[in-house]
Amino acid sequence: MSAASAGPQRSQVLATPKAAVGQTHPGTITADDFSFWYGKVQALHKVSLLIPPRSVTALVGPSGCGKSTFLRSINRLNDVIPGVRTDGLLLLDNTDIYASRVDVVALRQRVGMVFQRWNPFPKSIYDNVAYGPRINGTRDGATLDEIVEQSLRRAALWDEAKDRLRASALTLSGGQQQRLCIARALANNPEVLLLDEPASALDPIATQRVEELLYELKAELTIVIVTHNLQQAARVSNHAAFFYLGHLVEAGITEQLFTSPREQRTEAYLTGRFG
Amino acid sequence: MAGLAGRPDGERTTVSAPAIAPAPDRPHRPSDRQRAFAERTLGTVQRRRIVNAVMLSLLFLAAIAATLPLLFILFHLMRLGITSLTPAFFTKMPRPVGEAGGGMANAIVGTLILIGAASAIGLPIGVGAGLYLAERRGARLANAVRYLSDVLNGLPSIVMGIFAWQFLVRPVGHFSALAGAVALGAMMIPMLTRTTEEMVRLVPVALREAALALGYSKWRTSLTIVVRTAGPGIVTGALVAMARIAGETAPLLFTVLGNQFWSVSLAEPIAALPLQIFEYAKSPYEEWHALAWAGALVLISLILVIGVAARFATRQRFGAHGD
Repeated sequence: MSAASAGPQRSQVLATPKAAVGQTHPGTITADDFSFWYGKVQALHKVSLLIPPRSVTALVGPSGCGKSTFLRSINRLNDVIPGVRTDGLLLLDNTDIYASRVDVVALRQRVGMVFQRWNPFPKSIYDNVAYGPRINGTRDGATLDEIVEQSLRRAALWDEAKDRLRASALTLSGGQQQRLCIARALANNPEVLLLDEPASALDPIATQRVEELLYELKAELTIVIVTHNLQQAARVSNHAAFFYLGHLVEAGITEQLFTSPREQRTEAYLTGRFG
Repeated sequence: MAGLAGRPDGERTTVSAPAIAPAPDRPHRPSDRQRAFAERTLGTVQRRRIVNAVMLSLLFLAAIAATLPLLFILFHLMRLGITSLTPAFFTKMPRPVGEAGGGMANAIVGTLILIGAASAIGLPIGVGAGLYLAERRGARLANAVRYLSDVLNGLPSIVMGIFAWQFLVRPVGHFSALAGAVALGAMMIPMLTRTTEEMVRLVPVALREAALALGYSKWRTSLTIVVRTAGPGIVTGALVAMARIAGETAPLLFTVLGNQFWSVSLAEPIAALPLQIFEYAKSPYEEWHALAWAGALVLISLILVIGVAARFATRQRFGAHGD
């Protein structure tokens, strides 16, 4: 925990991933010339990016630019699609995510994910949160109770849900269901949390709650968020990466990227000239 | 678009507004053309209304006619079979001709055993194959299996009976309940395969991804989330398949043979309601005819009960009131 003081506030780490390998904090994600194909279509072209821990990194860019593909590569959820192929390196703490000996199941327990459309299981609130820990072998009722409470608290849902833990998750409102999905991901105690446009289908108040939540969670997690909403990216993220047509155009500290982008394409996108 | 803002105000002064609004001093009166149009459309509206009413009543009649056979059969069975439907019918064994009383206890139990054994064979294979088809949608093997099970679904049941006779009765040298169960189970497989596949396909991808993202392996995701969510549908499919094989007669003729005596052994010929009905109905004796009607009534009630259970299973969805 001593590393907490040396927070990742250096912009150069994003630019020079190779130099950072081997001296990173737990929860660091490093892409080095990472390419990705869906069959014959190349979705990512030699992306090199360092995502530091204990901060929020926003992936922005127009639709189809590869930001979601990159996000879903981190927990290998793209593996489900037949015919995908990767090249280059994608590391989580110096472990090659795409190495053949990597246990995908274990990886996904370290890397939680929250989706655009909230997707609680048609079970009770309690069972939704306990779903992950149960697969990890936690069967003890008291331990599960504790994990469920803790996860719901971390997702700022405890006060609303504590009296109806046995009620169906589908009785919650949309915003609550999304926070439940965050709680479900947190129950696995992951190091990394991926969010794929977590607030794009939520109303402004629910969106604000999710954003506040991210602000609290980044103290302990690596958070990577894909968003179409540039204001949201500016509000919640410490670092931002701009993707365009499968290329990583520019990455850096959010403030710098938004106020003084180095690349012309970044500026054009940020000022609303395309996308 | 951009040009609009730059245009000087003077250019767009009087847009001919007075021409559109009716003159205030002249009350609106429809012209001849307008009146003719109104009459014409009124005629069409009336005609449409009549056509609509006729079509609706035709559809109503068709809907009623669709249920008529069942109602007629039920009524007929009640009328002819209810008198023989005594407690003895369910508890007693068949009696020789000329002796009063007697029941079909062995046939009722035999049918239940056959349904159970056939399900034990058909359920795991059918549901498993259905899961495979749903998970491997486009695979070549999946396409082949899907096509073949459609063919199998349309296979006449008597062919299934001959097949079971050839491979399970002839080599052994005698008829057996097991051979019948295999034939019936094989008939259940394609039905279950297709229902399971359809039901699993209805499970949203989002739910599947959620389970995968939590660290569930693929098969575990299938078995827990997918089957759980598609569960009620699969149960319904299973019950419908059971109901369909419950009344099958043709495959039993070659395999189970029927039995006038009490037997619950899978290795022996066993009595079954459809067979007993068949035997009694073609006999020349009045009292046997009455028993056949009663047997048919019991069989159809059994199928109705399974059908109601299927309805109940579909309704038991956890949290169905959401969304």
